[in-house]
Amino acid sequence: MNSGLFDLAHCIRKSIIEESYRAHVGHIGSALCIADILAVLFGETMRLDDGDDRDRLVLSKGHAALGLYAALAATDRMSAEELANFCSEGTPLGAHPEHVVPGIDFSTGSLGQGLSLGAGAALGARLQRSDRRAFVVISDAELNEGSVWEAVMFAAHHRLGHLTAILDLNGQQALGYTRDVLDLGPVGERFRQFGWTVEEVDGHDLDQLSRSLGALSDADAPPRLVIAKTTFGKGVSYMEGRIEWHYLPLSDEHFAQAMEELEIEPVGAEGARS
Amino acid sequence: MRAEFAAELVAVAREDPRVVLLTGDLGFAVLEPFAEEFPDRFFNVGVAEQNMLGLAAGLADAGFLPFAYSIATFASMRPYEFLRNGAALHELPVRLVGMGAGFDYGHNGVTHYALEDVAIMRVQPSVSTIAPADADQARAALRATLDRRGPVYFRLCKEGSPVPGLEGRFELGRADLIREGEDIALIALGNMATTAVQVAQELERTGVSAAVAVVSSFNPSPTDDLVELLREVPIAMTIEAHYLTGALGSFVAEVIAEQNLECRLVRRGVAEMPRGMTGSPAYLYEQVGLSPDQLVSAAVETLDLIQR
Repeated sequence: MNSGLFDLAHCIRKSIIEESYRAHVGHIGSALCIADILAVLFGETMRLDDGDDRDRLVLSKGHAALGLYAALAATDRMSAEELANFCSEGTPLGAHPEHVVPGIDFSTGSLGQGLSLGAGAALGARLQRSDRRAFVVISDAELNEGSVWEAVMFAAHHRLGHLTAILDLNGQQALGYTRDVLDLGPVGERFRQFGWTVEEVDGHDLDQLSRSLGALSDADAPPRLVIAKTTFGKGVSYMEGRIEWHYLPLSDEHFAQAMEELEIEPVGAEGARS
Repeated sequence: MRAEFAAELVAVAREDPRVVLLTGDLGFAVLEPFAEEFPDRFFNVGVAEQNMLGLAAGLADAGFLPFAYSIATFASMRPYEFLRNGAALHELPVRLVGMGAGFDYGHNGVTHYALEDVAIMRVQPSVSTIAPADADQARAALRATLDRRGPVYFRLCKEGSPVPGLEGRFELGRADLIREGEDIALIALGNMATTAVQVAQELERTGVSAAVAVVSSFNPSPTDDLVELLREVPIAMTIEAHYLTGALGSFVAEVIAEQNLECRLVRRGVAEMPRGMTGSPAYLYEQVGLSPDQLVSAAVETLDLIQR
C-alpha cells in the first residue's frame, strides 16, 4: 500500500465532509466515491506541471466537483482558504467545476459532454505531437446520454491511445439504482465491442488504481476504459449505497458520525457550520 | 456562397496551421478540396453533431481553430448545449458553420428549413452570429473573425448573387447601408439583402424612397448603425429568412424601444413552419409572403396606413 496515496485519499474525504457540512451542500456521496481515483490521479498518475503539455483532466461527472477541489487543495494547488469558500457567495467553487479555477481544465456539470472534450484534447495532443494524455472521469448513469457513445465511437475509430476514461461504476443515479433506471448490462463488454481496451479494478484499491491508471498506452493504441467499481458514499456507513445521499446535505449528527467513522479530528467550532 | 467560403477556408488553412475542419458527414462536393489538401486536418466525425462540438472545444483548448460543418438546423440545434457549455462558456475559438439559411434546402423538407438558428445563437452573448449576404461578404467575414477569441456561428447559403452596393464589405457588429432613402428603411438579414434591393427598386418606381441596410452580424450587434438610420425614417421593415421572433425583427424592435425612437416597425419573416409543402427557395419564400412583390405590397400598405 502506498501510504502517500492513502493519506491523500483520506485528506480528500476529510475535506469533502468538512466543506460540504460547512456549506450545507449535497452531492457528498458522489464525491466520496471518487476520492481514491482522484488521489491516484493527482498524487501519482497525472503530469500536471508541464505547462501546455500537462495532462488534461475532465471531471465529466461534474457534480463531484468538491472531490476535485479537495484533491487540488490536498496537493497544494489550491489554498485551504480558497477551498473553505466552497459554495459561498460569489466563489467560483460551485457544486460543479468551472475552468476559471486554476487547475481545472474544463467546466462540466451537464452529463454526457466530458468524453467529447477529452477526445478533442487527445486528438489535439496527437496533432501537436505532444505526449500529454487526457483523463476523463465519467459516471455510470452518464452512459444514459447518447452523446457519450458518439465520443466512444470516435475515440475508438481514431485510436486515441492517450485518452483514458475512468468509469465510476457505483450503480447509482439521482433517483435510483442504475439497474432499475436503465440497466447498463455488461458495460465493459460493450466498450470492448466498440473497440476500447477495458480493465476492471476495485475503485477503492489504491494499488490497483495506481497500476491501471499509470499504465501507458501507445498514442495510436485503442482508447482505454478503466472501470472502477466503487461504493457510493465510500467511507461513511450511512451513505454507502444509499440513493438519498446523492442530494442530502449533512446534519450535525451526520457530520459527527462521518467524522468519527473517517477517524477525522474535528477542525474546531469555527470550522463548522454554526 | 458555400463554395466560395470553403475555398477561402482552404486558402486560410494554407497560412494558418491552427485551422482544422470537422464535418458531421455533410458537405458533399464542397469540402473535398480541403480534405484532399489537408488530410491530417480534416475529420469526418460521422453523423454526431454533439461529439463534433465537444471535440471542437477540446481542440480549440489545445490551440486549434476548429471549423465544424453541418446543415444549419443540425449544426445549430442538436449540439446547442455542447456549444454553450463548450466553446461559449470557455470562450474558445470554435467556428460553427451552418449551411442552408431559411429555405435554402427547400426541396428537402421541414427538417431542413433553418428558421430559428439566428435567434438561438443570438441569445448566447459570447457567440458571434454571422449571416453573410453574399459570397464575397462570407469570405470577408471568415477572414475578419479568424482571431476572434470566442465562438462564431456562420449561417451560409448555397448560392447567392452579389448584393449590389455591398461589394463584399464586412465588419463585425456593423450594419451596411447600401442604399439611401427617406420614406422607409428596409433592413435585411444576410441572404435577404438582394430581395430588399429589389423591393427598394420597385418602390422607387411608385415614388417611394427606400433605404436598404444589411445586417449580417450579431454579438456584437449593430445598434449604433441602426439608431442612426432609424432616426431618419418614419418606418422600418425588417426582412429575414427566419421566424419572426428572436432574430433581426426582434433586434430592431429592441433598438427602437430601448433607444426611444419614433420609427414604426413592420417585421416580415416566417410566421410559422409551412408544413406539407416543399419547393424551391423562391417558391417557399413566396408562400410565406417574402417574395419581392409581396414585400413591395406590404411596404405600400404600411406607408398608406401611417399617412392616413
